[in-house]
Amino acid sequence: MNTKDIFNFLKPKNELENQGEFAENHPYIPEELWIKCPVCKNVILSSDLMDNHKVCPKCNYHFRIAARQRIEMTVDEGTFVEMDEHMTSTNIIDFPDYTRKLKNAKINSGENESVITGTAKIGGNTTVIAVMNSQFMMGSMGTVTGEKITRAFEYATKHRLPVIIFTVSGGARMQEGILSLMQMAKTSGAVKLHSDAGLLYITVLTDPTTGGVTASFAMEGDIILSEPHALIGFAGPRVIEQTIRQKLPKDFQSAEFLLEKGFVDAVVERKDMKQTLSRLLELHSETIIEEDGETKEGEEK
Amino acid sequence: MSAYDCVTAARANDRPTSIDYITRIFGDSFFELHGDRRFADDKAVVGGIAQLNGKPVTVIGLEKGRNLKERMNRNFGSAHPEGYRKALRLMKQAEKFRRPVICFVDTAGAYCGIGAEERGQGQAIAENLMEMMTLQTPILSIFIGEGGSGGALALAVSDEIWMLENAIYSVISPEGCASILWKDSSKTAEASECLKLTSQDLFKLGVIERIIREPKDVDSKLFDSLKNLIAETLDKKMAIEPDKLVEARYNRFRKY
Repeated sequence: MNTKDIFNFLKPKNELENQGEFAENHPYIPEELWIKCPVCKNVILSSDLMDNHKVCPKCNYHFRIAARQRIEMTVDEGTFVEMDEHMTSTNIIDFPDYTRKLKNAKINSGENESVITGTAKIGGNTTVIAVMNSQFMMGSMGTVTGEKITRAFEYATKHRLPVIIFTVSGGARMQEGILSLMQMAKTSGAVKLHSDAGLLYITVLTDPTTGGVTASFAMEGDIILSEPHALIGFAGPRVIEQTIRQKLPKDFQSAEFLLEKGFVDAVVERKDMKQTLSRLLELHSETIIEEDGETKEGEEK
Repeated sequence: MSAYDCVTAARANDRPTSIDYITRIFGDSFFELHGDRRFADDKAVVGGIAQLNGKPVTVIGLEKGRNLKERMNRNFGSAHPEGYRKALRLMKQAEKFRRPVICFVDTAGAYCGIGAEERGQGQAIAENLMEMMTLQTPILSIFIGEGGSGGALALAVSDEIWMLENAIYSVISPEGCASILWKDSSKTAEASECLKLTSQDLFKLGVIERIIREPKDVDSKLFDSLKNLIAETLDKKMAIEPDKLVEARYNRFRKY
Protein backbone atom coordinates (compact mmCIF):
# COMPACT_ATOMS: atom_id res chain seq x y z
CA MET A 1 0.00 0.00 0.00
CA ASN A 2 1.25 3.43 -0.88
CA THR A 3 1.88 5.48 2.26
CA LYS A 4 -0.18 8.29 0.79
CA ASP A 5 -3.21 6.05 0.62
CA ILE A 6 -3.15 5.38 4.33
CA PHE A 7 -4.69 8.75 4.98
CA ASN A 8 -7.35 8.68 2.34
CA PHE A 9 -9.93 7.74 4.90
CA LEU A 10 -9.39 11.04 6.65
CA LYS A 11 -11.72 12.77 4.27
CA PRO A 12 -14.57 10.50 3.28
CA LYS A 13 -16.36 12.27 0.47
CA ASN A 14 -19.94 11.82 1.58
CA GLU A 15 -19.29 13.00 5.08
CA LEU A 16 -17.58 16.20 4.09
CA GLU A 17 -20.44 17.10 1.87
CA ASN A 18 -22.86 16.88 4.75
CA GLN A 19 -21.02 18.73 7.41
CA GLY A 20 -20.00 22.11 6.09
CA GLU A 21 -17.94 24.32 8.32
CA PHE A 22 -17.15 21.86 11.09
CA ALA A 23 -16.05 18.90 9.04
CA GLU A 24 -12.48 19.86 8.25
CA ASN A 25 -9.67 18.01 9.91
CA HIS A 26 -11.88 16.17 12.34
CA PRO A 27 -11.80 12.55 11.22
CA TYR A 28 -13.89 9.88 12.82
CA ILE A 29 -12.16 6.78 14.04
CA PRO A 30 -11.93 4.43 11.12
CA GLU A 31 -11.08 0.78 11.26
CA GLU A 32 -7.58 1.32 9.86
CA LEU A 33 -4.39 0.63 11.71
CA TRP A 34 -2.98 4.11 11.99
CA ILE A 35 -4.50 7.52 12.37
CA LYS A 36 -3.04 10.98 12.33
CA CYS A 37 -4.12 13.31 15.12
CA PRO A 38 -5.52 16.48 13.48
CA VAL A 39 -4.18 18.65 16.32
CA CYS A 40 -0.66 17.43 17.15
CA LYS A 41 -0.20 15.63 13.78
CA ASN A 42 1.31 12.60 15.46
CA VAL A 43 0.52 9.26 13.87
CA ILE A 44 -1.09 7.03 16.44
CA LEU A 45 -1.70 3.32 16.41
CA SER A 46 -5.44 2.90 16.07
CA SER A 47 -5.62 0.33 18.86
CA ASP A 48 -3.83 2.71 21.25
CA LEU A 49 -6.44 5.30 20.47
CA MET A 50 -9.27 2.88 21.13
CA ASP A 51 -7.73 1.89 24.46
CA ASN A 52 -7.54 5.55 25.40
CA HIS A 53 -11.29 6.35 24.98
CA LYS A 54 -10.48 7.73 21.53
CA VAL A 55 -8.41 10.51 22.98
CA CYS A 56 -5.00 11.28 21.47
CA PRO A 57 -2.40 9.90 23.94
CA LYS A 58 0.06 12.57 22.79
CA CYS A 59 -1.98 15.79 23.00
CA ASN A 60 -5.29 14.86 24.67
CA TYR A 61 -7.34 15.74 21.58
CA HIS A 62 -10.78 14.18 21.97
CA PHE A 63 -11.68 12.60 18.64
CA ARG A 64 -15.28 12.85 17.57
CA ILE A 65 -17.07 9.61 18.18
CA ALA A 66 -20.32 8.14 16.95
CA ALA A 67 -23.35 8.24 19.21
CA ARG A 68 -23.48 4.45 19.68
CA GLN A 69 -19.87 4.36 20.85
CA ARG A 70 -20.60 7.22 23.20
CA ILE A 71 -23.51 5.36 24.74
CA GLU A 72 -21.41 2.23 25.03
CA MET A 73 -18.66 4.01 26.92
CA THR A 74 -21.03 5.99 29.15
CA VAL A 75 -23.79 3.68 30.37
CA ASP A 76 -23.73 0.46 32.40
CA GLU A 77 -23.35 -2.47 30.09
CA GLY A 78 -26.56 -3.84 28.67
CA THR A 79 -28.81 -1.21 30.30
CA PHE A 80 -29.56 1.01 27.31
CA VAL A 81 -33.10 0.72 26.00
CA GLU A 82 -33.67 2.81 22.91
CA MET A 83 -36.80 4.91 22.34
CA ASP A 84 -38.32 5.95 19.02
CA GLU A 85 -35.50 4.29 17.08
CA HIS A 86 -37.50 4.05 13.87
CA MET A 87 -38.43 7.73 13.62
CA THR A 88 -36.86 9.35 10.61
CA SER A 89 -37.14 12.63 8.69
CA THR A 90 -38.90 13.25 5.41
CA ASN A 91 -38.51 16.16 3.04
CA ILE A 92 -41.34 18.17 4.59
CA ILE A 93 -40.91 21.45 2.74
CA ASP A 94 -39.70 19.83 -0.47
CA PHE A 95 -36.23 21.30 -0.15
CA PRO A 96 -33.84 20.70 -3.06
CA ASP A 97 -31.51 17.74 -2.63
CA TYR A 98 -32.64 17.07 0.95
CA THR A 99 -33.98 13.59 0.18
CA ARG A 100 -30.60 12.54 -1.20
CA LYS A 101 -28.73 14.11 1.73
CA LEU A 102 -30.92 12.28 4.21
CA LYS A 103 -30.25 9.03 2.44
CA ASN A 104 -26.49 9.64 2.50
CA ALA A 105 -26.63 10.61 6.15
CA LYS A 106 -28.34 7.33 6.97
CA ILE A 107 -25.74 5.37 5.04
CA ASN A 108 -22.81 7.28 6.58
CA SER A 109 -24.02 7.04 10.14
CA GLY A 110 -25.97 3.81 10.09
CA GLU A 111 -28.64 5.71 12.04
CA ASN A 112 -32.13 7.02 11.27
CA GLU A 113 -31.67 10.49 12.78
CA SER A 114 -29.14 12.88 14.28
CA VAL A 115 -30.01 11.85 17.83
CA ILE A 116 -30.40 8.56 19.68
CA THR A 117 -32.63 8.60 22.76
CA GLY A 118 -33.43 6.04 25.42
CA THR A 119 -33.12 5.05 29.04
CA ALA A 120 -30.09 3.57 30.71
CA LYS A 121 -28.29 3.20 34.00
CA ILE A 122 -25.09 5.01 34.82
CA GLY A 123 -23.39 3.72 37.94
CA GLY A 124 -26.69 2.10 38.79
CA ASN A 125 -28.67 5.33 38.47
CA THR A 126 -31.56 5.22 36.01
CA THR A 127 -31.63 8.13 33.58
CA VAL A 128 -33.03 9.22 30.26
CA ILE A 129 -30.17 9.79 27.85
CA ALA A 130 -29.97 11.44 24.43
CA VAL A 131 -26.82 11.42 22.35
CA MET A 132 -26.49 13.44 19.18
CA ASN A 133 -24.55 12.14 16.21
CA SER A 134 -22.24 14.33 14.18
CA GLN A 135 -22.13 11.71 11.45
CA PHE A 136 -25.76 12.44 10.64
CA MET A 137 -25.81 15.79 8.79
CA MET A 138 -23.44 17.27 11.38
CA GLY A 139 -25.98 16.66 14.14
CA SER A 140 -28.32 19.23 12.67
CA MET A 141 -31.70 19.56 14.36
CA GLY A 142 -34.67 18.70 12.20
CA THR A 143 -38.24 18.05 13.28
CA VAL A 144 -37.54 14.41 14.15
CA THR A 145 -34.47 15.37 16.20
CA GLY A 146 -36.60 17.87 18.09
CA GLU A 147 -39.46 15.40 18.47
CA LYS A 148 -37.23 12.64 19.84
CA ILE A 149 -35.66 15.01 22.36
CA THR A 150 -39.07 16.39 23.35
CA ARG A 151 -40.44 12.87 23.84
CA ALA A 152 -37.39 11.95 25.89
CA PHE A 153 -38.06 14.91 28.21
CA GLU A 154 -41.78 14.18 28.42
CA TYR A 155 -41.01 10.56 29.30
CA ALA A 156 -38.53 11.71 31.94
CA THR A 157 -41.03 14.16 33.43
CA LYS A 158 -43.73 11.49 33.57
CA HIS A 159 -41.45 8.90 35.16
CA ARG A 160 -39.55 11.40 37.30
CA LEU A 161 -36.18 10.66 35.77
CA PRO A 162 -33.15 12.86 35.13
CA VAL A 163 -32.07 13.64 31.56
CA ILE A 164 -28.53 13.63 30.20
CA ILE A 165 -27.88 14.96 26.70
CA PHE A 166 -24.59 14.77 24.82
CA THR A 167 -24.80 17.55 22.24
CA VAL A 168 -22.98 17.82 18.96
CA SER A 169 -24.58 19.94 16.28
CA GLY A 170 -24.04 22.48 13.57
CA GLY A 171 -27.44 23.94 14.50
CA ALA A 172 -30.94 23.94 13.07
CA ARG A 173 -31.43 21.92 9.87
CA MET A 174 -31.82 24.49 7.12
CA GLN A 175 -33.46 21.95 4.81
CA GLU A 176 -36.55 21.87 7.03
CA GLY A 177 -36.94 25.66 6.99
CA ILE A 178 -38.89 27.33 9.76
CA LEU A 179 -40.03 23.98 11.15
CA SER A 180 -36.47 23.27 12.28
CA LEU A 181 -36.42 26.62 14.09
CA MET A 182 -39.65 25.65 15.84
CA GLN A 183 -37.80 22.66 17.36
CA MET A 184 -35.83 25.12 19.47
CA ALA A 185 -39.05 26.35 21.08
CA LYS A 186 -40.56 22.87 21.32
CA THR A 187 -37.55 21.27 23.03
CA SER A 188 -37.11 24.29 25.34
CA GLY A 189 -40.73 23.94 26.41
CA ALA A 190 -40.20 20.29 27.28
CA VAL A 191 -37.02 21.16 29.20
CA LYS A 192 -38.96 23.81 31.15
CA LEU A 193 -41.72 21.41 32.21
CA HIS A 194 -39.10 18.85 33.26
CA SER A 195 -37.25 21.54 35.20
CA ASP A 196 -40.44 22.85 36.85
CA ALA A 197 -41.10 19.29 38.04
CA GLY A 198 -37.86 19.58 40.04
CA LEU A 199 -35.91 17.12 37.92
CA LEU A 200 -32.24 17.14 36.97
CA TYR A 201 -31.00 17.88 33.47
CA ILE A 202 -27.30 17.59 32.62
CA THR A 203 -25.90 18.61 29.26
CA VAL A 204 -22.53 17.47 28.01
CA LEU A 205 -21.31 19.70 25.20
CA THR A 206 -19.05 17.96 22.72
CA ASP A 207 -17.23 19.21 19.65
CA PRO A 208 -18.86 21.11 17.99
CA THR A 209 -22.05 22.47 19.58
CA THR A 210 -23.34 25.55 17.80
CA GLY A 211 -26.33 27.45 16.42
CA GLY A 212 -29.88 26.49 17.28
CA VAL A 213 -28.83 23.69 19.59
CA THR A 214 -26.61 26.02 21.63
CA ALA A 215 -29.45 28.54 21.64
CA SER A 216 -31.89 25.99 23.03
CA PHE A 217 -31.53 22.75 25.02
CA ALA A 218 -27.70 22.65 25.09
CA MET A 219 -27.55 25.74 27.30
CA GLU A 220 -30.59 24.88 29.42
CA GLY A 221 -29.07 22.23 31.67
CA ASP A 222 -29.00 22.56 35.45
CA ILE A 223 -25.43 21.42 35.08
CA ILE A 224 -23.46 22.00 31.88
CA LEU A 225 -20.35 19.91 31.29
CA SER A 226 -18.07 19.91 28.29
CA GLU A 227 -15.36 17.76 26.79
CA PRO A 228 -11.94 19.45 26.58
CA HIS A 229 -11.33 21.78 23.63
CA ALA A 230 -14.86 21.37 22.24
CA LEU A 231 -15.99 24.23 20.03
CA ILE A 232 -19.09 25.77 21.58
CA GLY A 233 -20.84 28.86 20.33
CA PHE A 234 -23.96 30.43 18.91
CA ALA A 235 -22.45 31.59 15.63
CA GLY A 236 -19.77 29.50 13.96
CA PRO A 237 -16.27 31.01 13.89
CA ARG A 238 -16.34 31.57 10.14
CA VAL A 239 -19.61 33.50 10.34
CA ILE A 240 -18.23 35.70 13.11
CA GLU A 241 -15.03 36.38 11.18
CA GLN A 242 -17.08 37.37 8.16
CA THR A 243 -19.25 39.67 10.27
CA ILE A 244 -16.50 41.45 12.17
CA ARG A 245 -13.89 41.18 9.39
CA GLN A 246 -11.09 40.14 11.69
CA LYS A 247 -9.46 36.91 12.83
CA LEU A 248 -10.72 35.40 16.05
CA PRO A 249 -8.30 34.81 18.91
CA LYS A 250 -7.05 31.25 19.34
CA ASP A 251 -9.23 29.09 21.60
CA PHE A 252 -12.14 31.55 21.27
CA GLN A 253 -15.35 29.51 21.78
CA SER A 254 -13.46 26.57 23.25
CA ALA A 255 -14.88 24.71 26.24
CA GLU A 256 -12.15 26.26 28.39
CA PHE A 257 -13.09 29.73 27.14
CA LEU A 258 -16.73 29.14 28.08
CA LEU A 259 -15.67 27.87 31.48
CA GLU A 260 -13.80 31.10 32.07
CA LYS A 261 -16.74 33.21 30.87
CA GLY A 262 -19.11 31.36 33.19
CA PHE A 263 -21.19 29.35 30.74
CA VAL A 264 -19.90 25.85 31.52
CA ASP A 265 -19.78 24.25 34.97
CA ALA A 266 -16.86 21.93 34.35
CA VAL A 267 -14.65 20.62 31.59
CA VAL A 268 -14.51 16.85 32.02
CA GLU A 269 -12.18 14.47 30.23
CA ARG A 270 -13.76 11.56 28.43
CA LYS A 271 -12.13 9.01 30.69
CA ASP A 272 -13.76 10.65 33.72
CA MET A 273 -17.17 11.30 32.14
CA LYS A 274 -19.02 8.20 33.26
CA GLN A 275 -17.86 8.51 36.83
CA THR A 276 -18.67 12.24 36.90
CA LEU A 277 -22.18 11.67 35.58
CA SER A 278 -22.71 8.81 37.98
CA ARG A 279 -21.67 11.01 40.88
CA LEU A 280 -23.92 13.87 39.84
CA LEU A 281 -26.89 11.53 39.36
CA GLU A 282 -26.21 10.06 42.79
CA LEU A 283 -26.24 13.53 44.35
CA HIS A 284 -29.66 14.20 42.84
CA SER A 285 -31.30 10.82 43.34
CA GLU A 286 -34.60 11.72 44.87
CA THR A 287 -36.96 10.28 47.39
CA ILE A 288 -39.55 8.59 45.23
CA ILE A 289 -43.12 8.39 46.38
CA GLU A 290 -44.34 4.94 45.44
CA GLU A 291 -47.85 4.42 44.19
CA ASP A 292 -48.89 2.80 47.47
CA GLY A 293 -47.84 5.97 49.29
CA GLU A 294 -44.68 4.51 50.83
CA THR A 295 -41.42 6.27 50.20
CA LYS A 296 -38.06 4.86 49.38
CA GLU A 297 -34.67 6.43 49.07
CA GLY A 298 -33.03 6.84 45.70
CA GLU A 299 -33.39 4.87 42.55
CA GLU A 300 -33.51 1.12 42.52
CA LYS A 301 -30.05 -0.27 42.26
CA MET B 1 -44.88 38.85 -5.46
CA SER B 2 -42.01 36.35 -5.40
CA ALA B 3 -40.40 35.20 -2.15
CA TYR B 4 -37.38 37.32 -3.01
CA ASP B 5 -39.57 40.39 -3.52
CA CYS B 6 -40.84 39.82 0.00
CA VAL B 7 -37.27 39.59 1.30
CA THR B 8 -36.48 42.92 -0.38
CA ALA B 9 -39.67 44.55 0.91
CA ALA B 10 -39.13 43.21 4.44
CA ARG B 11 -35.67 44.78 4.51
CA ALA B 12 -36.56 48.08 2.81
CA ASN B 13 -35.11 51.10 4.58
CA ASP B 14 -38.36 53.06 4.36
CA ARG B 15 -40.35 50.34 6.08
CA PRO B 16 -41.83 51.33 9.47
CA THR B 17 -39.72 50.05 12.38
CA SER B 18 -40.78 48.96 15.86
CA ILE B 19 -40.57 52.54 17.14
CA ASP B 20 -43.01 53.65 14.42
CA TYR B 21 -45.48 50.98 15.50
CA ILE B 22 -45.04 51.82 19.17
CA THR B 23 -45.49 55.56 18.54
CA ARG B 24 -48.49 55.17 16.26
CA ILE B 25 -50.29 52.55 18.34
CA PHE B 26 -49.51 53.60 21.90
CA GLY B 27 -48.73 57.31 21.43
CA ASP B 28 -47.57 59.23 24.46
CA SER B 29 -48.59 56.47 26.83
CA PHE B 30 -45.35 54.57 26.09
CA PHE B 31 -42.80 54.85 28.87
CA GLU B 32 -39.44 53.39 27.91
CA LEU B 33 -37.51 51.18 30.34
CA HIS B 34 -33.81 50.52 29.87
CA GLY B 35 -31.23 47.90 30.69
CA ASP B 36 -30.94 44.23 31.55
CA ARG B 37 -29.73 44.91 35.14
CA ARG B 38 -26.72 42.71 34.42
CA PHE B 39 -24.51 44.27 31.82
CA ALA B 40 -25.89 47.09 29.71
CA ASP B 41 -28.77 48.62 27.82
CA ASP B 42 -28.95 47.10 24.34
CA LYS B 43 -30.36 49.69 21.97
CA ALA B 44 -31.35 47.05 19.44
CA VAL B 45 -34.20 46.24 21.82
CA VAL B 46 -36.72 48.90 22.77
CA GLY B 47 -39.06 48.13 25.63
CA GLY B 48 -41.41 49.68 28.13
CA ILE B 49 -44.91 50.04 29.49
CA ALA B 50 -47.80 51.60 27.62
CA GLN B 51 -51.56 51.81 27.62
CA LEU B 52 -53.86 50.23 25.13
CA ASN B 53 -57.43 51.49 25.38
CA GLY B 54 -56.65 52.48 28.96
CA LYS B 55 -55.19 49.10 29.96
CA PRO B 56 -51.50 48.63 30.79
CA VAL B 57 -49.38 46.51 28.45
CA THR B 58 -45.67 45.70 28.14
CA VAL B 59 -44.25 46.47 24.71
CA ILE B 60 -40.93 45.15 23.39
CA GLY B 61 -39.51 45.70 19.93
CA LEU B 62 -36.39 44.80 17.98
CA GLU B 63 -35.45 48.15 16.51
CA LYS B 64 -33.37 48.56 13.36
CA GLY B 65 -33.34 52.38 13.36
CA ARG B 66 -34.90 54.75 10.86
CA ASN B 67 -31.86 56.47 9.40
CA LEU B 68 -28.18 55.63 9.15
CA LYS B 69 -27.26 57.29 12.43
CA GLU B 70 -30.02 55.47 14.28
CA ARG B 71 -29.20 52.21 12.57
CA MET B 72 -25.59 52.38 13.67
CA ASN B 73 -26.69 53.26 17.18
CA ARG B 74 -29.08 50.32 17.28
CA ASN B 75 -26.66 47.86 15.66
CA PHE B 76 -29.10 47.49 12.75
CA GLY B 77 -31.55 45.67 14.98
CA SER B 78 -29.22 42.79 15.83
CA ALA B 79 -29.33 42.31 19.56
CA HIS B 80 -26.57 41.16 21.90
CA PRO B 81 -27.31 38.84 24.83
CA GLU B 82 -28.12 41.86 27.01
CA GLY B 83 -30.91 42.75 24.59
CA TYR B 84 -32.58 39.38 25.03
CA ARG B 85 -32.03 39.57 28.78
CA LYS B 86 -33.62 43.03 28.86
CA ALA B 87 -36.60 41.64 26.93
CA LEU B 88 -36.92 38.76 29.39
CA ARG B 89 -36.68 41.12 32.33
CA LEU B 90 -39.57 43.15 30.95
CA MET B 91 -41.60 40.01 30.28
CA LYS B 92 -41.09 38.79 33.85
CA GLN B 93 -42.16 42.23 35.02
CA ALA B 94 -45.30 41.96 32.87
CA GLU B 95 -46.03 38.55 34.40
CA LYS B 96 -45.65 39.98 37.89
CA PHE B 97 -48.13 42.76 37.22
CA ARG B 98 -50.31 40.54 35.04
CA ARG B 99 -50.26 42.69 31.96
CA PRO B 100 -49.94 41.25 28.44
CA VAL B 101 -46.76 41.43 26.35
CA ILE B 102 -46.62 42.65 22.76
CA CYS B 103 -43.41 41.99 20.82
CA PHE B 104 -42.56 43.65 17.52
CA VAL B 105 -40.02 41.56 15.65
CA ASP B 106 -37.69 43.03 13.04
CA THR B 107 -34.15 41.72 12.94
CA ALA B 108 -31.71 40.12 10.54
CA GLY B 109 -30.75 37.91 13.48
CA ALA B 110 -28.98 37.87 16.82
CA TYR B 111 -25.61 39.58 16.51
CA CYS B 112 -22.61 37.42 15.64
CA GLY B 113 -19.55 38.94 17.29
CA ILE B 114 -16.93 38.47 19.96
CA GLY B 115 -18.79 40.26 22.76
CA ALA B 116 -22.03 38.48 21.92
CA GLU B 117 -20.33 35.09 22.20
CA GLU B 118 -18.42 36.02 25.36
CA ARG B 119 -21.62 37.06 27.07
CA GLY B 120 -23.55 33.96 26.03
CA GLN B 121 -25.69 34.72 23.00
CA GLY B 122 -26.85 31.11 22.85
CA GLN B 123 -27.59 30.94 26.55
CA ALA B 124 -29.55 34.22 26.47
CA ILE B 125 -31.77 33.06 23.62
CA ALA B 126 -32.21 29.61 25.18
CA GLU B 127 -33.32 31.14 28.45
CA ASN B 128 -35.92 33.29 26.70
CA LEU B 129 -37.37 30.26 24.91
CA MET B 130 -37.67 28.37 28.18
CA GLU B 131 -39.07 31.21 30.24
CA MET B 132 -41.49 32.49 27.61
CA MET B 133 -43.02 29.03 27.26
CA THR B 134 -44.46 29.20 30.77
CA LEU B 135 -44.86 32.97 31.24
CA GLN B 136 -48.16 33.38 33.08
CA THR B 137 -49.43 36.23 30.96
CA PRO B 138 -50.42 36.55 27.29
CA ILE B 139 -47.71 37.14 24.68
CA LEU B 140 -48.44 38.37 21.17
CA SER B 141 -45.63 38.66 18.61
CA ILE B 142 -45.96 40.68 15.44
CA PHE B 143 -43.36 40.28 12.69
CA ILE B 144 -43.17 43.68 11.00
CA GLY B 145 -40.11 43.17 8.78
CA GLU B 146 -37.36 40.60 9.04
CA GLY B 147 -37.62 37.59 11.31
CA GLY B 148 -34.08 36.28 11.42
CA SER B 149 -33.79 32.83 13.01
CA GLY B 150 -33.07 32.39 16.73
CA GLY B 151 -32.74 36.14 17.20
CA ALA B 152 -36.39 36.52 16.19
CA LEU B 153 -37.62 33.37 17.94
CA ALA B 154 -36.27 34.75 21.23
CA LEU B 155 -39.18 37.22 21.12
CA ALA B 156 -41.68 34.85 19.55
CA VAL B 157 -42.52 31.96 21.86
CA SER B 158 -45.99 33.44 21.98
CA ASP B 159 -49.69 32.65 22.16
CA GLU B 160 -50.17 34.09 18.68
CA ILE B 161 -47.78 35.17 15.96
CA TRP B 162 -48.90 37.64 13.34
CA MET B 163 -46.99 38.75 10.29
CA LEU B 164 -47.22 41.77 8.09
CA GLU B 165 -47.99 40.64 4.57
CA ASN B 166 -44.46 41.34 3.32
CA ALA B 167 -42.58 40.35 6.45
CA ILE B 168 -40.39 37.24 6.43
CA TYR B 169 -39.44 34.63 9.03
CA SER B 170 -36.66 32.18 8.33
CA VAL B 171 -34.27 29.73 9.96
CA ILE B 172 -31.38 31.21 7.97
CA SER B 173 -30.91 34.24 5.72
CA PRO B 174 -31.41 33.44 2.02
CA GLU B 175 -27.79 34.56 1.47
CA GLY B 176 -26.51 32.17 4.13
CA CYS B 177 -28.61 29.36 2.72
CA ALA B 178 -27.39 29.98 -0.84
CA SER B 179 -23.78 30.12 0.22
CA ILE B 180 -24.00 26.81 2.11
CA LEU B 181 -26.13 25.05 -0.49
CA TRP B 182 -24.65 26.27 -3.75
CA LYS B 183 -21.46 27.94 -2.49
CA ASP B 184 -22.89 31.03 -4.18
CA SER B 185 -24.46 33.79 -2.10
CA SER B 186 -25.84 35.47 -5.19
CA LYS B 187 -28.49 32.75 -5.61
CA THR B 188 -30.57 34.52 -3.00
CA ALA B 189 -33.77 34.45 -5.02
CA GLU B 190 -33.73 30.65 -5.38
CA ALA B 191 -32.89 30.20 -1.72
CA SER B 192 -35.75 32.53 -0.73
CA GLU B 193 -38.19 30.27 -2.55
CA CYS B 194 -36.80 27.08 -0.99
CA LEU B 195 -36.92 28.34 2.58
CA LYS B 196 -40.70 29.00 2.61
CA LEU B 197 -40.22 32.26 4.47
CA THR B 198 -43.15 34.42 3.30
CA SER B 199 -46.22 35.13 5.40
CA GLN B 200 -48.32 33.04 2.99
CA ASP B 201 -45.98 30.04 3.27
CA LEU B 202 -45.80 30.29 7.04
CA PHE B 203 -49.57 30.59 7.35
CA LYS B 204 -49.93 27.41 5.31
CA LEU B 205 -47.36 25.66 7.51
CA GLY B 206 -49.37 26.70 10.58
CA VAL B 207 -46.52 28.73 12.05
CA ILE B 208 -48.48 32.00 12.25
CA GLU B 209 -52.08 32.82 13.13
CA ARG B 210 -52.70 35.92 11.08
CA ILE B 211 -51.44 37.89 8.10
CA ILE B 212 -51.79 41.68 8.37
CA ARG B 213 -52.51 43.20 4.97
CA GLU B 214 -50.23 46.07 4.03
CA PRO B 215 -52.08 48.94 2.39
CA LYS B 216 -50.18 50.76 -0.39
CA ASP B 217 -50.05 53.85 1.75
CA VAL B 218 -48.85 52.38 5.02
CA ASP B 219 -49.89 55.40 7.03
CA SER B 220 -53.52 55.23 6.06
CA LYS B 221 -55.23 52.58 8.12
CA LEU B 222 -52.65 50.04 9.13
CA PHE B 223 -51.90 51.30 12.62
CA ASP B 224 -55.52 51.99 13.62
CA SER B 225 -56.77 48.62 12.50
CA LEU B 226 -53.79 46.87 14.04
CA LYS B 227 -54.39 48.65 17.31
CA ASN B 228 -58.00 47.46 17.42
CA LEU B 229 -57.00 43.95 16.49
CA ILE B 230 -54.33 43.80 19.22
CA ALA B 231 -56.72 45.17 21.85
CA GLU B 232 -59.45 42.73 20.90
CA THR B 233 -57.09 39.73 20.91
CA LEU B 234 -55.42 40.61 24.20
CA ASP B 235 -58.82 41.11 25.89
CA LYS B 236 -59.70 37.55 24.91
CA LYS B 237 -56.34 36.16 26.03
CA MET B 238 -56.48 38.03 29.35
CA ALA B 239 -59.80 36.33 30.09
CA ILE B 240 -58.13 32.90 29.96
CA GLU B 241 -56.75 31.37 33.17
CA PRO B 242 -52.93 31.64 33.14
CA ASP B 243 -52.54 27.84 33.47
CA LYS B 244 -54.77 27.22 30.49
CA LEU B 245 -52.98 29.89 28.52
CA VAL B 246 -49.58 28.29 29.18
CA GLU B 247 -50.92 24.84 28.33
CA ALA B 248 -52.23 26.14 25.02
CA ARG B 249 -48.91 27.83 24.30
CA TYR B 250 -47.03 24.60 25.01
CA ASN B 251 -49.35 22.69 22.68
CA ARG B 252 -49.02 25.38 20.04
CA PHE B 253 -45.29 24.64 19.77
CA ARG B 254 -45.57 20.94 20.65
CA LYS B 255 -47.32 20.25 17.35
CA TYR B 256 -44.32 21.11 15.13
